[in-house]
Amino acid sequence: MSTLAVHDHHGVEHHDHDHGHHHKETFITKYIFSQDHKMIAKQFLITGIIMAVIAMLLSILFRIQLAYPDKSFPLLETLLGRFAPGGRLDPNFYLSLVTIHGTIMVFFVLTAGLSGTFSNLLIPFQLGARDMASPFMNMLSYCMFFTASIIMLASFFVQKGPAGGGWTIYPPLSALPKAMPGSAEGMTLWLISMVLFVASQLMGGINYVSTVLNMRTKGMDLWKMPLTIWAFFLTAILGILAFPVLVAGVVLLVFDRSFGTSFYLSEIVVQGQVMNFEGGSPILFQHLFWFLGHPEVYIVIMPAMGISSEVMSVNARKPIFGYHAMVYSLIGITVLSFIVWGHHMFVTGMNPFLGGVFMITTLIIAVPSAVKTFNWLATLWRGNIRFTPAMLFAIGLVSFFISGGITGIFLGNAALDINLHDTYFVVAHFHLVMGSAAIFGMLAGVYHWFPKMFGRMMDEKLGYLHFWLTFIGAYLVFFPMHFMGLDGVPRRYYAFTEIESLKQWLSVNTFITWAAIMSAVAQVAFLFNFFYSIFFGKKATQNPWGSTTLEWTTPVERIHGNWPGELPTVYRWPYDYSKPGAEEDFIPQTTPYSQTMTSNLPHDFEDNPIGLTQYNEWLKTQTVNEEVK
Amino acid sequence: MAFKKLINNKILSLFGVLMLSGTSMVMAADATTAAAPGSDAAPSVWIGVSYYVLLLLVVCFAVGIIGKILHVYDLTLKLQRKSGIKWNNVMGVICLAFLIAGLVGVYWSFTVQGSMILPEAASLHGKTIDTMFWTTFGITVVVFIGTQILLFSFAFIYRGSDKRRAYYLPHNNTIEKIWTVAPAIVLTVLVIFGFFTWRSITNTVDAKGEPASINIDLTGHQFAWEVRYPGKDGKLGMKNYKLVSGSNKVGVDFKDRNSLDDLNADTIVLPVNKSVRLNIIAQDVIHSVYMPNFRLQMNAVPGLPTFFKFTPTITTADMRNRLDKSDFEYHLYCNKICGGGHYNMQKIVRVVTEAEYQDWLSHQKPYLNDQLRKELKMADASQPKQSGVQNRLAFNN
Repeated sequence: MSTLAVHDHHGVEHHDHDHGHHHKETFITKYIFSQDHKMIAKQFLITGIIMAVIAMLLSILFRIQLAYPDKSFPLLETLLGRFAPGGRLDPNFYLSLVTIHGTIMVFFVLTAGLSGTFSNLLIPFQLGARDMASPFMNMLSYCMFFTASIIMLASFFVQKGPAGGGWTIYPPLSALPKAMPGSAEGMTLWLISMVLFVASQLMGGINYVSTVLNMRTKGMDLWKMPLTIWAFFLTAILGILAFPVLVAGVVLLVFDRSFGTSFYLSEIVVQGQVMNFEGGSPILFQHLFWFLGHPEVYIVIMPAMGISSEVMSVNARKPIFGYHAMVYSLIGITVLSFIVWGHHMFVTGMNPFLGGVFMITTLIIAVPSAVKTFNWLATLWRGNIRFTPAMLFAIGLVSFFISGGITGIFLGNAALDINLHDTYFVVAHFHLVMGSAAIFGMLAGVYHWFPKMFGRMMDEKLGYLHFWLTFIGAYLVFFPMHFMGLDGVPRRYYAFTEIESLKQWLSVNTFITWAAIMSAVAQVAFLFNFFYSIFFGKKATQNPWGSTTLEWTTPVERIHGNWPGELPTVYRWPYDYSKPGAEEDFIPQTTPYSQTMTSNLPHDFEDNPIGLTQYNEWLKTQTVNEEVK
Repeated sequence: MAFKKLINNKILSLFGVLMLSGTSMVMAADATTAAAPGSDAAPSVWIGVSYYVLLLLVVCFAVGIIGKILHVYDLTLKLQRKSGIKWNNVMGVICLAFLIAGLVGVYWSFTVQGSMILPEAASLHGKTIDTMFWTTFGITVVVFIGTQILLFSFAFIYRGSDKRRAYYLPHNNTIEKIWTVAPAIVLTVLVIFGFFTWRSITNTVDAKGEPASINIDLTGHQFAWEVRYPGKDGKLGMKNYKLVSGSNKVGVDFKDRNSLDDLNADTIVLPVNKSVRLNIIAQDVIHSVYMPNFRLQMNAVPGLPTFFKFTPTITTADMRNRLDKSDFEYHLYCNKICGGGHYNMQKIVRVVTEAEYQDWLSHQKPYLNDQLRKELKMADASQPKQSGVQNRLAFNN
């Protein structure tokens, strides 16, 4: 495989080399329809950040409603008009807010914003490629994503408001425009937006996979790839296999909504009117949705895991513990994630025996997750931890992943799920394990690779402030929700005032809202830091973190084609940090073993018998020399 | 370093301008409200907002000043040939402080909020679910506390220093095997325990020799639940969604003779210690029957009948005494997003003694009421005996 790739590169290299020097770029080709992987990564990142801010503001809106269900805020009416009559959110608009918050966060921020940014940025950089396999398709991928974002946001401006059936859009609620205002035009826009989004993800994913398989530089075999690349690679495979199923589900839903079919509809009477739907099954949609939906949560978390593995290794100045185990657990998660979707459906009326089977597969997936956690802990053990903001966010990810992952053992258990399904316990669980953990992975990546993206450094102290406020805030928001869920508080309730037993949680709700507002305000520190540093940050050096991977061998100027001369050759794995006997506490992947005789270990030559004999000879001469002395 | 630039004159003046404009806006708003109190709501809307915006700016300003002070302090340290602020130490200490504060917070949550959770299970299977829950909790809380302690104490202990090098430890197969196998064993135990609990709960077939469960028909629609009890024959009549109308809300098919004595109820009343089978369906969108006190949940799906069999064990009156709350009621909530009224789609569930249950049952109106009879053009003469009973019941109510 790698010999093939080397041949390819010679051709590509010369071509791109010339290309970089002679081609004059206009504003449009450089910033809008760019085909350069670095620029596309930045486009994904900034779009993702904007979407994240919007989705965060939506969440603050509904948190205010939950904290003060009886209070009216005239400002809301000024801003939202008919969606907040009398200064109180409309119940249907509340559901729309919840829906769009979830959709944007899961898909537009944590799928496109995270994988889109870092796969595009790091796959060519860390593999030693000049660009993606298909830069044009890469550009199309971003254009589609951007269009999908615009359509999703445009749904706020249609008469009846955006989609409101929850981010899972279960039919018949989403299929019957009569059932709620949010199932009218808003839902149509949601569906169109998602189809475009999936097309974008597929083009991105195919690109990532083909780049990883074909465009690795000389010496970069699969087992020398950083864990980030492994994570992006497996994530892309997951996306390619899972996203089309969502499109299938969505298209059938479009048929049901607009062309009178009954794929998901049967025996329906809406508001006293008997409908002509027969023979469909709402459960079918849930199967199709969760066949994507469950891999989707791993699509969200795996890149974050890869990023934090890399960041933790660099900043603990220590090789990642159990590199092979980390890769195998990623592969394990990838495979298992396709056979656990039924745990979202224990109480939907699915055959209970099937529920039992899904429970078994679900709890098995906890094993690779546990292995990863322990390996991260072992990476920190006896490290020399440098607390950059990126490192703090990576540690925060591990903390969230533990806290949120553990509650997964409750929810994956069908018997316990009876009482916990669709309560705040679920909300707490997934916001910690995939929401907060993934966003922390993303932020770790932003702080860590900011110098690579913009050639400047972000301010560390503002990063510290941002981390601690967000980290503490997220725990204050989501930890109490576990208890609400265990008391049987259902999610997606507009107000807790109508039900006697929920009233005891009103004060907790107010507390959570203020914690959420604090965390939201903390993001100002990040946004200021991010945008200010793009233009006025301290100039970065070539390898500011003392890292071994290839992206730090490129010049700070970020040229087209990435490396000015020949592509670098890789000789070793990416985690030679603090190797005993080495001069510095890191050895770049491009340093051959012949230059680091004092630090070589027999283990380094496991699959290289010639190297091993040379190494043994060198050892012999060393001992002879010592004897002479 | 960027703080140097942050608090340069340009930024200062920018802040000044913002503050001034903010204040003038508030003052202007004050002036308008003072001039025409209550006549125009719009300016007063913005007063609160501009107050918070100003507050935010002040906070940002304070953060900037603190950053500047830290920077100056750092520089003085360096002038004195010291190494400046050791941020690794500062962050390491904060990690430790977070760990301690977090553990205290977790303890507080577990004791204070933990006492508000899991209302006493009022059903047979609810008890087994709770046992399962506390077993899982016992195992996971140890892992949770343990790993968080390791994480943050490692962060503190191994905080960076120029004098030290990290320990080169790429892998250790023994320990990796241990921590792959250990969670696998624990999870296997939980899976087996959970699987059998789940099977016993979902096994809804009446066993031989067991008295038949009481069948209750629950139909969800936006945004209410319809309840139907079987009559004397103990059998619920068939339904057909095409027959749904204003008077036949759940679409009972009266060609099925079992339906003729079915009863219509507005609360769910259950006899204590009797097996009950809820037959659940929805008419328009998916709803979910959720009764947290009984640890019971099952979706109501249009076109797909579902059911849940359980045995309530504590009467409402008994529960009121235990909780010392005279107005306590069991509730049925809707727990699947179903539209604007989702949050208020509830129904009272009352568990009573057998005698009270029989008494209550005898007071329920038949589903087949007079209006429905008229619509269906049923001759009273065709069921003389039944109609007599129904008339009597009607008078009683």
